[in-house]
Amino acid sequence: MNLMDVAEATLLTPYDLDTNKLDRVFDALVGPSTDLADLYFQSKRSEGWNLEDGIIKSGSYSISQGVGVRAVSGEKSGFAYSDDIGLDALLASAKSASAISKAGQNGRVNAWKRQSAFDARYTAHSPLDSLTEVEKIELLRLADTTARAASPYVEQVMANIVATHEVVLVADHNGHLSADVRPLVRMGVTVIIEKDGKRESAGSGGGGRFGLDYFTQADRVKGYVDEAVRQALMKLEAVDAPMGEQTVVLGNGWPGVLLHEAVGHGLEGDFNRKGTSAFSGRIGEQVASKGVTVVDNGTMQDRRGSLTVDDEGVQTQCTTLIEDGILKGYMQDKMNAGLMGVASTGNGRRESYDSLPMPRMTNTYMLAGERDPQEIIESVENGLYAVNFGGGQVDITSGKFVFAASEAYLIENGKVTRPVKGATLIGNGPEIMNRISMIGNDLELDPGVGVCGKSGQSVPVGVGQPTLKIDGMTVGGTAG
Amino acid sequence: MKTMDSQKQRLLDLSKQALDEAKKLGASDAAVGISTGDGLSVDVRMAEIDKLEYYRDQGLGVTVYFGQRQGASSTSDLSEGAIRDAVKAACNIAKYTSEDDCLGLADADLMATDIPDFDLYHPWDLTAEQAIEQAIACENSAREFDPRITNSDGASVSTYSGISSYANTNGFADVRASSSHSLSCSVIANEADGGGMQRDHWYTSSRFSDQLDSAASVGRRAAEETLSRLGARKLTSRQAPVLYMPQYASGLLGHFTSAISGGSLYRKASFLVDSIDTKVFPDFVNLYERPYIYQGNSSSAYDAEGVATQDRDFVKDGIVQSYILGSYSARKLGLKTTGNSGGLRNFTADSTGQNFDEMLKLMDTGLLVTGLIGSGINGITGDYSRGAVGFWVEGGVIQYPVEEITIAGNLKDMFSNIAAIGNDRDERLSTRTGSILVEQMMISGE
Repeated sequence: MNLMDVAEATLLTPYDLDTNKLDRVFDALVGPSTDLADLYFQSKRSEGWNLEDGIIKSGSYSISQGVGVRAVSGEKSGFAYSDDIGLDALLASAKSASAISKAGQNGRVNAWKRQSAFDARYTAHSPLDSLTEVEKIELLRLADTTARAASPYVEQVMANIVATHEVVLVADHNGHLSADVRPLVRMGVTVIIEKDGKRESAGSGGGGRFGLDYFTQADRVKGYVDEAVRQALMKLEAVDAPMGEQTVVLGNGWPGVLLHEAVGHGLEGDFNRKGTSAFSGRIGEQVASKGVTVVDNGTMQDRRGSLTVDDEGVQTQCTTLIEDGILKGYMQDKMNAGLMGVASTGNGRRESYDSLPMPRMTNTYMLAGERDPQEIIESVENGLYAVNFGGGQVDITSGKFVFAASEAYLIENGKVTRPVKGATLIGNGPEIMNRISMIGNDLELDPGVGVCGKSGQSVPVGVGQPTLKIDGMTVGGTAG
Repeated sequence: MKTMDSQKQRLLDLSKQALDEAKKLGASDAAVGISTGDGLSVDVRMAEIDKLEYYRDQGLGVTVYFGQRQGASSTSDLSEGAIRDAVKAACNIAKYTSEDDCLGLADADLMATDIPDFDLYHPWDLTAEQAIEQAIACENSAREFDPRITNSDGASVSTYSGISSYANTNGFADVRASSSHSLSCSVIANEADGGGMQRDHWYTSSRFSDQLDSAASVGRRAAEETLSRLGARKLTSRQAPVLYMPQYASGLLGHFTSAISGGSLYRKASFLVDSIDTKVFPDFVNLYERPYIYQGNSSSAYDAEGVATQDRDFVKDGIVQSYILGSYSARKLGLKTTGNSGGLRNFTADSTGQNFDEMLKLMDTGLLVTGLIGSGINGITGDYSRGAVGFWVEGGVIQYPVEEITIAGNLKDMFSNIAAIGNDRDERLSTRTGSILVEQMMISGE
């Protein structure tokens, strides 16, 4: 079965819906001033398992399904949703959503056209069925025994796996029907260690859009465990982080959260259409050092942030945001693209049917440069080498952003020396991007655990970058 | 429109169906929570409608126990068939989870029996047109306040009301209703001679629509907050006292409550393990919860397991009196639940009596924190490092706005260095505290 057949069989047929009935909904939804209208049908099943104290402590299963109904007129969006997918509920939602424009009776004109020729970016198989229940909990037990064998100081091991399977169908006012079937899995391992009366904790994990069998291959569980144990032991030895402005070298991979906060959010179409971003109106300007090229790429095979089509039914693409330091473009959904006179970049995403879509990132990363990472570290007399981060946050208007280093080291005389305690790094996005002075040849993406929050909606994303040198960033330590 | 009584009865009937189904499938115990609600939210921007959203939420979560094994599931579909499937899924999960001595419902004799009406349900009969009118009035008041307000992130009016139920096979079943309404505004200011944009916001919220601040005053305050940020500069790194505005003082106390919460304690993932009877704060600090306040922001006679809540002291004269426990973490620690599954109820910090101006004078020279970003907190060691914005204060008088700095310290030191707690309570918050002055922190900047 192709994706469209799966989506129709899941989201339309059981509710006695067909394209004729969808036409009736659009009749109620679309008025003379409507620029855009769509129905977003979604069914989502997920399952999670948790281990703690060496036992499978809990498991959970959830099902949610419903339909979101939207009408857009100029800058105005009307929106209603229902957990009930039947025709009556759809008509009632359409009546509410159409209230922002002159009501109904215009309907659609084009014939329905099913879009199905897109290259799928991942398997359609449900990850919930990719392992048996016994195999799933074996994965967690393996994490526990591996961690306890890895170090005598491991006191507590917490491990979890989550698998989600989502079927989406988008019907728009132009008569396009698009479908997507999306798997998503994630595994996390957290250890708490105790040594000489001092305790620390650290976590690691990975995931993407495939089955849970991913975690049974290539010693991945051992990889996560070893990483968590290594980080926790390192933290025990950490000294106070320095304070004030420092030269900072960021490691490759997950530290790409810097780009996500420093420039990613500021390049989302909605903020720029409203002129509220520190990057508004700056297309064509030098916004970062030469050599800096940043893309948002929703097409990467199996990646956590990837989508075959976005939540407005638009095929994803690789969008160049910054090229050799010059701002090239924004990430757009249909509405903001329309208002800014450009095309959607396939970045229209939503957490679920009960939320409106917005321009959101997919996998956002900086392309590799030419420097050897070792050469970058050696170029720093005194500074900070930050390789792992917790969360970040940005004020897109002032451009100020922070991110919290969870693993960082002092650089002294060109050498990585002592580990330092977690510290917040703070900077101004546009300023920091112009202080990038060296770019490594070691681009890497994160292991597949990123979650991005915006206006209360969470979506899975990817980040990445090569090793970078930043000439001056404020480090929030306590050592003078 | 169904009456409130019939809606409540429906939730109780569905709860009973789920519990009966669980028993039928062999569960020894079960608990079920259901919530439904609806609402309306209007965003306007530059005097035009931006978004008009109608909410209609519903969901059911069920936990089943087979002896000491547990399974859980949830569904957004409340039809009979969907509930049956959800219970079945939870029972299937329980086949694969492990025996855990500490699992199970809270003890039956702890269930709340006296459940007063706290008067928390006051839906707002608001049409979309009225909401749009209020939001536009709010935003206009901000935009017309000063020519330096050049752009807007918009104003928003929202109302939500819902009912939720909790029932378990210990015979507990209750359903309650609550409402929440809010009005907010966020605008952008631009200094004519460069210096960049600044954005800030203001909001009002209440369970009672007639207790919301007026649209005009919310807009005005949003404009004032934003304008006060213009010309913000960095500080050089230094040590100085820090005064947290109530909203952020509440967050500071939140780091304490999370460190004495059962989940952090039994995992030993807290810097306050074994802290009962130890002195964590100065003598004048008293922290307690009062769940039975009439019309209180978070009043409730029972917790998320049906356990009766009670007035409880967590810190008296600076000394820790009690942890914050649900039945699972209590059993793990060999203690009794404190009726705090699902959190605290009207958590309160006694004030040392100063109003906000007196707090500024008391600090004399230091940093007033009006915003924090990032999450640089290590719950195991208490190490604290966060991005901050605020104002530099000298001689008890605000001098200029500051930004792009961090404040850092260790929470243990910060708690013992609290110098005063103001009486300038922010009634919008569920934690009832005034501003908090911390004597010395490390400020990192240029």
